Amino acid sequence: MARIEVDGIVFEAREGENLLQACLSQHLDLPYFCWHPSLGSVGACRQCAVIQYDDEEDERGRLVMACMTPVQEGARFSVDAPGAAGFRASVIEWLMENHPHDCPVCEEGGECHLQDMTVMSGHTTRRFHGRKKTWRNQDLGPFIGHEMNRCITCYRCTRFYHDYAGGKDLQAFGSRSRMYFGRTADGVLESEFAGNLVEVCPTGVFTDKPFSQSYSRKWDLGSAPSICPGCAVGCNISPGERFGRLKRIHNRYHGEVNGYFLCDRGRFGSHFVNAENRLRRCGVRVGDEEFQEIEGLEALAVLTDLAGGGNVVGIGSPRASIEDNFALMQLVGEDQFCAGFSSDEAVLNELIVDIYRSGAGRVPTPLEIENSDAVLVLGEDVLNSAPRLALSLRQSVRNESLRLAEGARIPLWQDAGVRGHAQGALSELFSLTVLPTGLDDIAAHVEHLPPEQIARHGHAIAQAVAGVGAEESASGRIAAALKSAKRPLIVSGTGCGDGEVMRAAAAVSSALRHAGSDPALLLTALEVNSLGATLLGGGLGLDEALKRLKNGAADNVIVLENDLYRRADPSLVDAALEASRRNGRVLVADLIETRTTANATHLIPVAAYAETLGTFVNLEGRAQRFYQVFEPRAPVTSAWQWLGEAGRAAGRNDMRWQHFDTVVETCASRPGLEALREVAPGADYRGAGGLRIPRETHRASGRTARNAHIDVHERKTPVDTESPFSFSMEGAQGGAVGSARSAVWAPGWNSNQSVFKFQDEVGGALIGGSSGIRLFEPAHGVPAPSYAMSQTSDEGEGFRLIPLHRIFGSDELSAMSPPVVERGGAAEVVLNRADAGRLGAREGDGIRCDLLSASAALRVDDAMAVGHAGLVVGETFGWLPRGRVVLSRDPDFRSSQELIARE
Amino acid sequence: MWSQLRTLWEVLKHTFSRIETVEYPDEMPYLAPRYRGRIVLTRDPDGDERCVACNLCSVVCPADCIALQKTTREDGRLFPEFFRINFSRCVMCGMCEEACPTYAIQLTPDFEMAEFNRANLVYEKEHLLIDGVGKYPEYSFWHVAGKAIEGKDKGEAINEAPPLDVRELLP
Ligand code: SF4
Ligand code: SF4
Ligand code: SF4
Ligand code: SF4
Ligand code: FES
Repeated sequence: MARIEVDGIVFEAREGENLLQACLSQHLDLPYFCWHPSLGSVGACRQCAVIQYDDEEDERGRLVMACMTPVQEGARFSVDAPGAAGFRASVIEWLMENHPHDCPVCEEGGECHLQDMTVMSGHTTRRFHGRKKTWRNQDLGPFIGHEMNRCITCYRCTRFYHDYAGGKDLQAFGSRSRMYFGRTADGVLESEFAGNLVEVCPTGVFTDKPFSQSYSRKWDLGSAPSICPGCAVGCNISPGERFGRLKRIHNRYHGEVNGYFLCDRGRFGSHFVNAENRLRRCGVRVGDEEFQEIEGLEALAVLTDLAGGGNVVGIGSPRASIEDNFALMQLVGEDQFCAGFSSDEAVLNELIVDIYRSGAGRVPTPLEIENSDAVLVLGEDVLNSAPRLALSLRQSVRNESLRLAEGARIPLWQDAGVRGHAQGALSELFSLTVLPTGLDDIAAHVEHLPPEQIARHGHAIAQAVAGVGAEESASGRIAAALKSAKRPLIVSGTGCGDGEVMRAAAAVSSALRHAGSDPALLLTALEVNSLGATLLGGGLGLDEALKRLKNGAADNVIVLENDLYRRADPSLVDAALEASRRNGRVLVADLIETRTTANATHLIPVAAYAETLGTFVNLEGRAQRFYQVFEPRAPVTSAWQWLGEAGRAAGRNDMRWQHFDTVVETCASRPGLEALREVAPGADYRGAGGLRIPRETHRASGRTARNAHIDVHERKTPVDTESPFSFSMEGAQGGAVGSARSAVWAPGWNSNQSVFKFQDEVGGALIGGSSGIRLFEPAHGVPAPSYAMSQTSDEGEGFRLIPLHRIFGSDELSAMSPPVVERGGAAEVVLNRADAGRLGAREGDGIRCDLLSASAALRVDDAMAVGHAGLVVGETFGWLPRGRVVLSRDPDFRSSQELIARE
Repeated sequence: MWSQLRTLWEVLKHTFSRIETVEYPDEMPYLAPRYRGRIVLTRDPDGDERCVACNLCSVVCPADCIALQKTTREDGRLFPEFFRINFSRCVMCGMCEEACPTYAIQLTPDFEMAEFNRANLVYEKEHLLIDGVGKYPEYSFWHVAGKAIEGKDKGEAINEAPPLDVRELLP
């Protein structure tokens, strides 16, 4: 640490850190544009100028760029000195010469870093009378809008998109004052992280297109801390609501999970909340008639009725919160409850928990993997199944360049210097996957193999680590690299549907532990609450539950937020639901229409994640609370409330829940879930000044006009009995916990850049700590467990099906979000050229799977192993049979484009 | 004593001064164009809606009585999908007019808005929008702004140079 002085304030800063970061860590106001906490400094914008004095005597000092100036013991600076302030004001004035008169029609307005910095620097009057330069915009696809006139040439966009996220199609073009940031031609931005440009760009050049369609200013967006429902990473998000509609998703900083960035599935995948096909009414129907609307109380009576007897099966869901699942489990009884995974996936998820608990490796946080200096990816297409992790993995390979920079004594925040010195040197990442992935370009070694061979390869690596086997082989080289790494990481997961792959990953990790290193092992699950639902348990497997219904062992079924057709053999689901419709009731409680709701007898509309509160458990076992952002319109209600009411009405003593906190309390009494109590403060928590935390900003507008068309008398603000948040602007932001804040805003800092004001230090934890709590920690001090290869025989006719995941389309809910629909692709069957030839099919032809009664277009990829077929998971293919299946060319197949063209 | 007499005298004197009150409603008072009465939404000189739904009026309103929702039209122009003023809350302060960057929202010298039913004081866009430019006949925001709309391409706004050719390499 070094003591430095800034405008008379003396404080400690990390030696060698840049001054800008040091000042911001002290929560001082110092303008900047091009520096970004995750991107480092390049000194391009000249906005962070300060005066540095040589010694105590020096009165004049000299102008330096704070972001390029390392902190040294005893250094003396001034931010406010007229020389520095005047320089910064001129810089803004130059930037503003060509700036369009756009603020009223600019989506950035009100949360614009450029506006903030302009105000901060004091530039108010335009003196330049020349003509403004203009640029043409590009169509960048359904996610991102482009308005080049507003650019200030800070280079943050390309530095994020190209340097940080590895995107190839966004570049800086032109020269001097003609700089252009865009693509070579119009077209969809390819990167899966393009949405971050909205927040990274300090101006309104890149904007959130779906948000812009139905735009509201930041000051009008109501919000509450939330968790992305898109996948198992559990990124922290800030959904914004206005007039009862979800408007947009912004990143919510979390120092251990997602940092400053989200993936595009998360950012644009939430519009299902407003979708046309949301369930909004209770319904009942007889036979094949249309659904008739019924009152909430009637629906509740049916639910109560089912709660009474044991003649029912309850099917939960990994996309519902722990509390919702638990409420259903209580209602139907543990032995009648099924967590809602396909039977195969249930095994895989349990395996994750077993391996984690066994102590095969340390379970890293999603951001911690950025520190790994050697990575082995086994079987998982991370970019498509747990997208945000791929961005972190991309940073992990930069550790080599950081090491080189350290050797050359280049400060690590000196971004251009570090990159230039490294000349593209990367740490090693080994990727063994089914098909090429988005990480292949940074991998030191890539192999494309079917899951069983990946597993075999993995076990060979484990043996090589243990010193058995040839060092010449690929396995030997990978083993050596992992062994010599300081912070090795193994990533695998349930994505390719083969537990043996995860066991192999555990074996490698275990072997490394035996060899004396401290490996990190991260296993990805597929859905937001996959691990939560797994930890909750449940006595029934899905196939077993469905069979019970089919053969009449149970007559009624309650399905909670689950489309069973994606989870089990569709013919079994059909038979089960049909039997249950005949013998009893099929009550489906969901938030959106699915094939399952279409086969129900009773429908109950439940709240989407933004309309309720609950807990999701992410892939590292971290339980995180998401809060209600806005109230759904009745009869849409939280599932735990529906189920709790039914339990109470049925006279169940174990379900006398008045409040959400009681549900949590009861749920936490289950073994393994004790920590649930500590996940987040309860409803009685009060933040700063003993007040509630307001969902609305202090500038929220239109209070007396919003509902005036319905009732001119303002309605009483509803009291939130379930959480510490208020439904108005009353209260105070902040408190003793990091998540006690519904929006980031600080005086003078209207954009998301203001988050530094709420961090311990720039890039560190939020003041009050990172939220969420691990439900389990790996066993410590136990000997590393051993995982041996189990023998499987895989002979026979037909194809072995391998699930393939897509960031856009494979996750059920986000796939129904209109922008994702526009961006996403159709289902595909991927075959090797030889296999395609054998079926007499060419690229684009339909391939039919009779067992699934579904067809999809063929994509030929020689990386796919012979005898294997990759099926893109989504609406067409959900559940996949495990054995070999027959595929054939489908002469009647029409791709969706063809169908549209015909219409 | 003296002061009381003086007061009486002052009051009596007013009997002979000019009457400022008029016999409303038989006679209408003169109200300056700047008078702050009923709020209207005006139109551009080209006849299209002026309001670009920037929300500045609504955020500045001390009575919080303006609510609107932005939307975008095919031709690129932004405008409010709905625009609502609850006049039963409005204090006629004129802050919205001052905040408005497009001169869309203007206060007029009309104050005859009394209603028996309070709900009738809730005005929607169709009640607010007038057919003229109001007090500012010349101004057209879209011809100053940099965002292109149909009929005004990039580089065609006031004081704008034609769009740059990024591929040009001359220094
Ligand atoms: S980028 Fe910022 S300063 Fe520029 S027009 Fe948009 S809101 Fe205004
Ligand atoms: S587009 Fe935005 S991020 Fe990129 S250089 Fe311009 S202002 Fe900076
Ligand atoms: S990585 Fe997963 S949790 Fe994170 S933003 Fe993307 S979909 Fe959401
Ligand atoms: S300030 Fe003017 S342009 Fe903006 S929303 Fe109000 S009336 Fe429309
Ligand atoms: S932030 Fe220091 S020069 Fe841009």
